[in-house]
Amino acid sequence: MSTQQRSTVLWLVEQSDDGSMADASVRALTFARSLADGSLSPAASSASAASQAPVSTAGGPGGVVAVVFGGAASVPLAELSSYGVRDAYAVEPADLTGYAPQAWARALAGLAAELDAGAVVAAGTDHGSEVMAHLGAITGLPMAANCVSAACGAAGELRIVRQRWAGSLLEDAVLDGRPALVTVAADAVTAAAAGDPAATAVHGYQPALEQADLRVRATESAERSAGMSLATARVVVGGGRGVGGPDGFGVLEELAGLLGGVVGVSRVVTSEGWRPHKQQVGQTGTRISPELYLACGISGAIQHMAGCLSAKHIVAVNTDPDAPIISHADYAVIGDLNQVLPALVAAIRAREGSS
Amino acid sequence: MEILVCVKRVPMVGGRIVVTADGQDVDTRMSGFTVSPHEECAVEEAVRLVERHGGSVTVLTLGPPAAADQLRDMLALGASRAVLLETDGREWGPVATADAIVAAVRSSPAPGGPAAPSASDDPAAPPAPGCPYDLLLFGNEAADTGDYQVGVRVAHALGLPCVTGIKNLEVTDVGARAKREYRGTEEAFDIPLPAVISVKEGINLPRYPSLPGRLRAKRATIERQEPEWHPEGLRKERLRVPAGESKRAAVLGTGPEAVPALLALLDELGVLS
Repeated sequence: MSTQQRSTVLWLVEQSDDGSMADASVRALTFARSLADGSLSPAASSASAASQAPVSTAGGPGGVVAVVFGGAASVPLAELSSYGVRDAYAVEPADLTGYAPQAWARALAGLAAELDAGAVVAAGTDHGSEVMAHLGAITGLPMAANCVSAACGAAGELRIVRQRWAGSLLEDAVLDGRPALVTVAADAVTAAAAGDPAATAVHGYQPALEQADLRVRATESAERSAGMSLATARVVVGGGRGVGGPDGFGVLEELAGLLGGVVGVSRVVTSEGWRPHKQQVGQTGTRISPELYLACGISGAIQHMAGCLSAKHIVAVNTDPDAPIISHADYAVIGDLNQVLPALVAAIRAREGSS
Repeated sequence: MEILVCVKRVPMVGGRIVVTADGQDVDTRMSGFTVSPHEECAVEEAVRLVERHGGSVTVLTLGPPAAADQLRDMLALGASRAVLLETDGREWGPVATADAIVAAVRSSPAPGGPAAPSASDDPAAPPAPGCPYDLLLFGNEAADTGDYQVGVRVAHALGLPCVTGIKNLEVTDVGARAKREYRGTEEAFDIPLPAVISVKEGINLPRYPSLPGRLRAKRATIERQEPEWHPEGLRKERLRVPAGESKRAAVLGTGPEAVPALLALLDELGVLS
């Protein structure tokens, strides 16, 4: 496939509270750009689309087109320009700022048809996954969740690699359908800087919504949980079955406090009711990305490790030198956390006292 | 209220995943199977709702004959009826799965029998025509394939409102109030019933099945249907374990004697104040 062919790829922009683009969304942009720049053949599509006359990008501007909900005022113009995004569609009416998954998907479906988009891409976040699932249902097209890469096959087919088991397993697959619908795995794609900054033109878009599309809308309460978040903590002190029971977490809390971090736990700890589920690190809990993850008394089941793939350094404290965690960790202390951690806390306190 | 919960049988993987020689499946010769975690919580939530509002819980799964085991586990938690959409063991994609569930819902009798649900203490609106359930619960995503879409596709096919990723659910006089956390902010949804709601682990702590529950489940009849498979537009070619997964930790020492080395490492990583 020639790299001259540029398909139009719609990219759902997710924004943080301050209006800036969310990290996961920027990673999805990197993925969307790779689709637009060649891995997506304009001819790569289902037989039905192949029979439609124009396989060029007729109707679409080519390249990545940002889709922003909330009206023109909420378009993160400077950021889009710095990432070289030439076209942005601001979906109106502006009252669609309130999250309404089915309405958002309806708007994307309309815009994809209007621009003859070759793909629609969103981050594999709660919102992104939900909107893309609606888009799949509305269009009747397949949707590939949590993709990590894409390439154009020899016959022009779209070959994707996607995560299963939250990233512990990869699937090589072929994705049919035009537009190709994909979400991008949160941890697996690195956000790349744009080639050239470009002026971003903002277009308004008025979707044709059906009444049922607005049945489900989010009302947000601005309550933010106080304190440090597990997802963004710089240090996480993890506790698993080896902690022994609900009363054993005091020393982990103390150590986390000394290291400026928080406590996270494995699934067995929350399933036993020793600690609340919001502290769970893993596939069914929180994904963490700390500088240091100190995993204590945790065997290292894949459901747990899926939650700490992004940890920079993993140090395991475990009585079993053959526990799976040892083959995921950078460093290990072989021993009982109930002896090692109190000694470590004492050593840190002694050091603070002497400095 | 009448609640349908759709669950999935998934391999119980421990420390590592092994793929079969043909690259098509997870090797389960050394592992058992379980109900995908979010879905077990969906069953628990349904049982709690029925304990509070009356009605009954039906569990449904699509899978091989052995998936009856997982249905029995859910009957032991308090579901009263179980439907197995029996397959020949091959993997079904999310579109075919959703289609089979929709067909089963459309063909199912009103679970409470021919009589309309009593209006007096049932806060939910009566089921919509063509949908014998007030609520269809799913897990947010299956532990194995993580497709994030079966429930949403079912909702669209049945014309029902849908919300996913829910961690708090209340049935009210006018419908359901469903909440979840999104980037530290609470999102609440007020939606009319009947509806499709997918939940996440943490919405509750599933109970241990009682002995009478287990005995009842053992004797219960599993209703079986054989849906028709159809190919998907997302075609699996091969499964593989990501490269570079396996490393070996540098051992700093054994027991409390390792503390000086551990302290030096923490210092090097810059996490000591």
